[in-house]
Amino acid sequence: MRLDGKGLVDRDTKLRFHFNGRAYEGLKGDTVASALLANGVKLMGRSFKYHRPRGVMTAGSEEPNALIQVGAGNAMLPNVRATVQEVYAGLETRSQNHVGPLDKDLLSVNDLLSPWLGAGFYYKTFMWPRAFWERVYEPTIRRAAGLGRMTREASPEESERAFAFCDVLVIGGGPAGLIAALTAAQSGADVILAEETAALGGRLLSDGEMVDGVPGDIWVAETVEALRETGRVRIMERTTVAGAYDGLTFSAVERVSAHLPHNPALPRECFWRIRAGQAVLAAGALERPIPFPNNDRPGVMLSSAIRTFLNRYGVTPGEKVSLFTTNDDAHQTAIELVDAGIDCTVIDTRPGVEAKGAYRVIAGAEVVNTKGRQALSEITYRTASGSYQLETDCLGVSGGWNPSVHLTCHMGARPVWNDQINAFIPAESAKPGLHVAGACNGLLTTWDAITSGAEAAEAALKALGRKVRRPTLPEADMTGGNGAPLHVVEAKGRIWLDFANDVTTKDVKQAATEGFQSVEHMKRYTTQGMAPDQGKSSNIAALAVLADATGRGIPETGTTTYRPPFTPVALATMGAGAQGKGFAPERFPTSHKAVTARGAPMIEAGLWYRPSYIPAPGETHWRQSCDREVNMVRNAVGVVDVSTLGKIEILGPDAGSFLDFLYTNTFSTLKPGRVRYGLMLREDGHVMDDGTTACLAENHYVMTTTTAFAGPVMNHMEFVAQALRPDLDVRFTSVTEQWAQFSVAGPKARDLLNGVLDAPIDDESFPFMQCGPARIHGIEGRLFRISFSGEHAYEVAVPAAYGDALYRDLVARAESLGGGAYGMEALNVLRLEKGFITHAEIHGRVTAFDIGMQAMMSKKKDFIGKAAATRPGLLDEGREQLVGLKPVGAVKELTAGAHLFEADADAVRTNNMGYVTSVGYSPTLGHFIGLGFLKAGRDRVGHHMKMVDALRGVTAEVEICDPVFFDPDGGRARG
Amino acid sequence: MANLTAKTPFDALLPIEAGDVRLSEVTPDRITWIAPQKGQMAKVSRALDKQLGADFPSPNTHANGLVWFGPDQALVLGTALKPIAGAAMVDQTSAWACCALEGAGATDVLARLVPIDLRDTAFGAGAAARTLLGHMNCVLLRTGPTRYEVMVFRSMAATLVHEVERAMTMVAARAEMAG
Repeated sequence: MRLDGKGLVDRDTKLRFHFNGRAYEGLKGDTVASALLANGVKLMGRSFKYHRPRGVMTAGSEEPNALIQVGAGNAMLPNVRATVQEVYAGLETRSQNHVGPLDKDLLSVNDLLSPWLGAGFYYKTFMWPRAFWERVYEPTIRRAAGLGRMTREASPEESERAFAFCDVLVIGGGPAGLIAALTAAQSGADVILAEETAALGGRLLSDGEMVDGVPGDIWVAETVEALRETGRVRIMERTTVAGAYDGLTFSAVERVSAHLPHNPALPRECFWRIRAGQAVLAAGALERPIPFPNNDRPGVMLSSAIRTFLNRYGVTPGEKVSLFTTNDDAHQTAIELVDAGIDCTVIDTRPGVEAKGAYRVIAGAEVVNTKGRQALSEITYRTASGSYQLETDCLGVSGGWNPSVHLTCHMGARPVWNDQINAFIPAESAKPGLHVAGACNGLLTTWDAITSGAEAAEAALKALGRKVRRPTLPEADMTGGNGAPLHVVEAKGRIWLDFANDVTTKDVKQAATEGFQSVEHMKRYTTQGMAPDQGKSSNIAALAVLADATGRGIPETGTTTYRPPFTPVALATMGAGAQGKGFAPERFPTSHKAVTARGAPMIEAGLWYRPSYIPAPGETHWRQSCDREVNMVRNAVGVVDVSTLGKIEILGPDAGSFLDFLYTNTFSTLKPGRVRYGLMLREDGHVMDDGTTACLAENHYVMTTTTAFAGPVMNHMEFVAQALRPDLDVRFTSVTEQWAQFSVAGPKARDLLNGVLDAPIDDESFPFMQCGPARIHGIEGRLFRISFSGEHAYEVAVPAAYGDALYRDLVARAESLGGGAYGMEALNVLRLEKGFITHAEIHGRVTAFDIGMQAMMSKKKDFIGKAAATRPGLLDEGREQLVGLKPVGAVKELTAGAHLFEADADAVRTNNMGYVTSVGYSPTLGHFIGLGFLKAGRDRVGHHMKMVDALRGVTAEVEICDPVFFDPDGGRARG
Repeated sequence: MANLTAKTPFDALLPIEAGDVRLSEVTPDRITWIAPQKGQMAKVSRALDKQLGADFPSPNTHANGLVWFGPDQALVLGTALKPIAGAAMVDQTSAWACCALEGAGATDVLARLVPIDLRDTAFGAGAAARTLLGHMNCVLLRTGPTRYEVMVFRSMAATLVHEVERAMTMVAARAEMAG
């Protein structure tokens, strides 16, 4: 029911929203919970396991019961707390976890079965038959016990991620946080003040309390104005600091537009990573419920939540309210209810307590039962003289306060038990640089919050080496406290601890009986504290019950581990922007537009996009294109973009020595204008990468790496230069992006090139493995006569600005010579025909010996991997060695990844002789060819073996061949 | 003889605008990587001062087109350098996609993508960093209170536009929401 003259909501802005398909009216500033209560809706959901009717229990982010689905279609988000979601016009919400309407949930039959559904029920019951678990039991249980629904597709509402830096991060905008932020900002520090709710003020907005002689909310408004005046405070409302990490880095979730009608340009949420110089934690405390029998009916809530609904939203959750308390705090609720004209009774566990206003107090009493199917109608309490009934539609419970120590524990610290306030508080220096203030440090009065806020800021400023300018502190209430502890009321009936996961005191006791006595074991066995609220309202009571059941005290029993995030964070928020094109950068070579215009399908090579093949008109299958392109290169001329290969320019007096140390073979002897193939090993003697290096001039080289290993080779070179050979005077930098480089290959390659070169070349001036500067259509470029296809071939390079133009020109000229562009499939077949390796072969487990390149390991000099590569085991003749393969039986297909067996052996692991790394159909030879590794393979050339691909179901008879299938003496490349 | 037409890295992708922030292409006439050989730093720095009026840049700074690029490495933007004895020099004019991000919201846009502290006290005008922009390596320069220059690999120009445009749109929408 809405009350006149109460609350901070905007009475003039009425907002229509839907809950379970029915329209309701809320006010601007309402949460879904407060708006529903204002409309008399108390039933907001069904419980997880037993489908018990549940209503709102808290007024904050710790809410265990009122979890709702927000939004429609794929934008729907489950498990949103109705106490956090603000109302806006057109908001769609639904309750969760019921079959049929909320008030007639078909699965509430589970509640009748509850005697059998206690802790460990699933573990014990669904043991057999084993195969039933996945197919029958689990899907059924998941349907019955759930927390909202998942959408099938990604949400169309996008979020964002951002970084922020500040001198002092203040977490929590209550009185402690406000004063801390003001102290830090007035002392000249950059401050971020993060507040979880929509408005700064904390409990000053919820409690009808005076500060500095004015109502709390007025003082808050004045202080916020003072904060803004400093110009140093970034106020982040609707922002939950979710996690604390190394080096005072914090994660925070800002609900940017979750309170507004959808706007596609606005992020729904922002996932902040905040790096703070120092931090102040003023996260406050959460009120602790008192567990008693049947304490879960809609209408039973926290006493402090009633005050919040009353003062912040102008709503009373009941018209005849009762309060059950162990402390003075609930009496404040009573006073304010009476002020608002609501009838109120306080049941106080403390004998002799008197009323502080016009309400009835029943002292020395405790609540032992409740009645009301879908809403509370009556409670039973007992005193020394007997049991009595009381009609009531709302029961506020207060068992004291639990400091929100969470963020102090995210790095592994444990909170310590404080006997004076009967609560866990943060350990001293639990997280260095995080200064704890106010209620989350167990200081439960407003005055203590204010003074400790100032002190925490001062400590932070001192750590930053800043002078402190302390603001004048206001006068504030000095009363408050936790009162007498009462962790559970023992009486007949089910006593709920964890409302969100339906865990009762009986479950905890049963866990202890069955040997799960550690709090961590109890948690996992009963699932207490494992729901979206992470046990914020139930952990302390549960461990008190466990302590009692195991004969230990609460401090000895200890808490479970506090882990980030503080409240649930949508994965879509953490991963914002990383879907689609945001997943990884796309690298496009300069020929990209030209090849995509021809309809070439792309394949990814690392981050690069390269054409698989370039289809000609009429071609319907990739093999048609690939075969044509291979024939084109073998018979005329082909052009392919090879800019993606790593190119590293190496300069300096010791450049040659540096290369000698990197490569197995010698480069210091390479003459200017010449190119050499090189092999690079890792420190462990296995092959790292291969490629050609050209000597452009004295002490000036350009190295090429494979596309995939350009980055790792650069890293390796940096390590070698900085850590292994700092004595060498050498400098190097990547020029991969500077040069657009195209391979021109085929018998007509030179004819084509002489059309674009300012100075034509011939065999004499430009023999195989020659390199040099060249002018291409008047542009300064580079020319290399190298071949990865085995044909007479060149690589021509121009600055990337001219790449697009040169590629188009080369392809047009190739086409006029009967050739054209080719792609990766043809490139692969061409290199396979020549037995050239790629990272399919040098996959990290092979040595130079394995690929038949042991002769390239120079005996005259040291190089990286030399010692390791010459270990006897790595030169064993029985090792798997590189071989060629061709099919010779009825099955003509080879598949990469298949394994090799003796022809008469069973295809089982123990008989494995080797494996296939690369295959392709060779149009030149008219059959499939492949490369692979085979035990003692070089001695088995001519043998017939069995190739078995268990994944694809292919078995073929193969002949072991030399890896070089075509033009073994290399005459075509030299000619 | 055919004429090869040069294309800039961003080609037709820029400029773009959202709210008060504008992203536009910058095309330095020349980009040269320079790294003094062992023991030649002082000499090379003097030569640079003579040609450009600025010393070899100290880490995380830039001045007069000289940008710190790594230990004992710098990029020279704009001017074609005359050869300097004792220094390795490599032309990188085509290698980098360079753009300017400017406007009151420019810092907020970068805060969505760059993980470093961009407050004036930490990264004022004259600051340079090799850092990340989204998943990309970048060179970031602060050239004014509300102006930055960003350089990424030429091949990643389209991804830069995608990432920055997304951030620009969201920052602009936030500014509109705040009124």
